[in-house]
Amino acid sequence: MEFDKLTASRRGFLGLAGAGGAALVLGPGSAQAARVRTSARILILGAGAGGAAIANRLSERLEGAQITVLDGKQEHWYQPGFTLIAAGLRPASYAVSSITQWLPRDITFINEYAAELDPEANRVTTTGGQQIEYDYLIVSTGVVLDWDAIEGFDLGMVGPETGIGAQYAGPDYAARTWAAIDRFTNEGGVGLFGRPETEMKCAGAPVKITFLAEDIATTKGNRGKCDFIYTTPGGALFGVPVIHHRVRQIMDERNITYNYRWTLKSIDAQARTATFDTPEFEETLEWDFINVIAPQRAPQVIRDSGLSWADRWTDEGWIEVDMQTLRHARYPNVFGIGDINGVPKGKTAASVKWHLPVVEDHLVSEIAGREGTRLFDGYTSCPLITRIGRAMLVEFDYKDNLVPSFPGLIAPLEELWISWLMKEVALKATYNAMLRGRA
Amino acid sequence: MEEFSLTTLLAVFEEMFGRGLFWAMVLVAVVITLGYVYVLIRDRSMSMRKFLLAQLSMPVGGAAAVWFVMLITNSGFADLGGPVDWIVLLGVFVAGAVGFAILVYVVQSLLRGKQAGA
Repeated sequence: MEFDKLTASRRGFLGLAGAGGAALVLGPGSAQAARVRTSARILILGAGAGGAAIANRLSERLEGAQITVLDGKQEHWYQPGFTLIAAGLRPASYAVSSITQWLPRDITFINEYAAELDPEANRVTTTGGQQIEYDYLIVSTGVVLDWDAIEGFDLGMVGPETGIGAQYAGPDYAARTWAAIDRFTNEGGVGLFGRPETEMKCAGAPVKITFLAEDIATTKGNRGKCDFIYTTPGGALFGVPVIHHRVRQIMDERNITYNYRWTLKSIDAQARTATFDTPEFEETLEWDFINVIAPQRAPQVIRDSGLSWADRWTDEGWIEVDMQTLRHARYPNVFGIGDINGVPKGKTAASVKWHLPVVEDHLVSEIAGREGTRLFDGYTSCPLITRIGRAMLVEFDYKDNLVPSFPGLIAPLEELWISWLMKEVALKATYNAMLRGRA
Repeated sequence: MEEFSLTTLLAVFEEMFGRGLFWAMVLVAVVITLGYVYVLIRDRSMSMRKFLLAQLSMPVGGAAAVWFVMLITNSGFADLGGPVDWIVLLGVFVAGAVGFAILVYVVQSLLRGKQAGA
């Protein structure tokens, strides 16, 4: 067609715009897998990131399934936001939404916790006394924070008056942690940071808040009167050796002291001291600010159910799933998603994102009479914030390999602005899309 | 990122801006682009005079796009770390510049109409 033979009329262009818009909206949706008819009863324990997202995915893939979601909470917490709240960059409300807004309409939501779980009888009893029988169970309860394990500590202590932070405890506590960090970085003194001995969710977060507090003190011009000490019960600052060395290098460069094999045992809020178990003896340090992160374990109902590993993480209770299929080793109608899984790595929202298609595939395939094929390789990622405005986008798998999503473009061990933008601007949107089963 | 698709990207943008605002912005971009094609076909040629003004306005559009990105983040120019950061910033500038140039061209063409010798 010759250029000057085209006729331009407004009506013609509106028609074209309409067709283009329709193509965009309808888009590739038609390529989605066909729905599977079933009357299976599927029970999902927990409506956090894993529970809400798998409920949406299964609701989309299955027709006629009786999906029940059990969770006693009212609020959904966007936990990756806690670090930004604790650094004064977002208000507490940034991480809070209603738990029901993420759940599909065609499921049953029971606003109670599980009180008893019997995987032999395929039955759960709720805290309100209801008995729910299931054909398939998805465990996505997350972890519980064992604050009582730190002697002398109480969540009521958190705030600027005491100099105690606890950003893991929730959005409001993260905001109070910021108030405490703000005061500490104004007045100076000794800041104690660290991580617990157990497996934990987002093992990068204790390091991030240390870097952020140091950066804030530097920006305020008060770095000279602040000391930063990071303690870890293990022998490394990060579980993946190559990342550990990079974190250590940055801590050295920024004069942050680190102590290996120190486990926080107790604190004295009056005397402002903290006592640590070390290999030889107990050590007590004075502090002006301390960030307390509790040891983390599976909820008691899970630990009592027989789903936990018998010989691994015995004091923590993570469930015994196959590390690639996420199917329970002894109860094949039980799957795990997220932090509750007893796998070597990745209690993060990024891992949840990659658990989801695997569990969906194996569950839907079984219902359809096929065998699932997708495997989880341990992928997880962490935008490891090193200062306000920069982060390292570290991604790794079970083998401690770095598995960058943008190889050659975004260097995993380089402090970059683009990695910060991903954390600050794009991550929550991606997380929300994941909750809706769309990412 | 094995499942990183167009639908994922659209879902993320919908969450970032809200569904209504995002599709409104897409619609505005589509309308301006279609307007550009419309005036090109209507006029049968590009007006170099309008194109000159459009080109001159490019730095304004680029700067506005960079300003917008800096507005939504708690970071600044000092945080640019590696080459990819400069590429991203340049990309933002270029996108803003090109988009604004097209807008300026279309607005001139629609306001002034088809002009002989223009």
